[in-house]
Amino acid sequence: MRVWHGESELPEVDLVGLPGGFAYGDYLRCGAIAARAPVMAAVVRFAAAGGRVLGICNGFQVLCETGLLPGALLANEGGRFVSRWLDVEVVGPPTDFTGGLPHGASLHLPVAHHDGNYVADDETLDRLEAEGRIVFRYRRNPNGSARDIAGIINDQGNVLGLMPHPERAVGMELGSADGAQVFRSLMEALG
Amino acid sequence: MKVRVEVRLKPGVLDPAAATILRSLHRLGFDDVQDLVQVRAFEVDIAKVRPEDALADARAMADQLLANPVIETYRLDLVE
Repeated sequence: MRVWHGESELPEVDLVGLPGGFAYGDYLRCGAIAARAPVMAAVVRFAAAGGRVLGICNGFQVLCETGLLPGALLANEGGRFVSRWLDVEVVGPPTDFTGGLPHGASLHLPVAHHDGNYVADDETLDRLEAEGRIVFRYRRNPNGSARDIAGIINDQGNVLGLMPHPERAVGMELGSADGAQVFRSLMEALG
Repeated sequence: MKVRVEVRLKPGVLDPAAATILRSLHRLGFDDVQDLVQVRAFEVDIAKVRPEDALADARAMADQLLANPVIETYRLDLVE
C-alpha cells in the first residue's frame, strides 16, 4: 500500500517503510525536504505509538532528518557515489527486524548511495553502542561511516534505518537472498 | 526585509567537496591556502518591518529546516 507524501493520516498498517530514492532530489540535505512532508507527522505519531518503521537508504536519511533516529548522513568520505555489493554484520541484541538472525550473521546486500557516511557526536555513538542499538555494521566500510555503522535502531526498538538495500536481495536471482531474512524477521515479530 | 542565512558544517565534520576544491587550488599553485570551508547561504525575503522580527523568523527557519544542528551551524545577517 503506497501513501502519498501529502497525506495527513496513515491507513491502518502494521509497518511503515520509507524506501530509497532521492526524494525531492535530496535538495538542501539528503532527506531534509521529505522529512518535512505532511505525511511524516503521521509517521512520527505512528512510531510514537509503537508502530514499526523501516527506513532504507534515503528512508534512513529521512528518519535521521525527522529526528526519529539520532545522527545524520553525510557525503561519502571518498566523495563518490558507491554502488556495489558488500557484506554487513548483524550486531547487538535481537530486534524485531533481525530476530531470525544470529548475532554476527553476515548479510550480502547491495548499497547505492552518495550520502551514507553516518555521523553523530561521540556521546551519541557511545550511547548507541552501550545500548546495543547499532544493528548492522559494514565489514569493509564503503563510505567513512562512524564506527562502520550501516544501520541503527531507536531506543524503543521499533524504528530501524539502514543504508544497504535488503529489499534488493530477496532471491538468488537478484544475487542474494539475505535481505529476505530481515522481512521474515519482521513478519514473525508482527505475527 | 532580507536576511542572509549562512550554514556551514561544524568543525571536524569532513566535507569531501571542500577537500577536493582545496586540492585543486593547490594544484593551481595556490600553495598558501591552508584551509577552505564551503558554506551554503540563503537570502530570505521576509514580509516583516522590524529587523528583530525578520531575524526571529529566519532563526526559526534555520532551526526547523535550513540547518541540521547535528552537523551544521548557522549565522544570520540582515541584508538591508
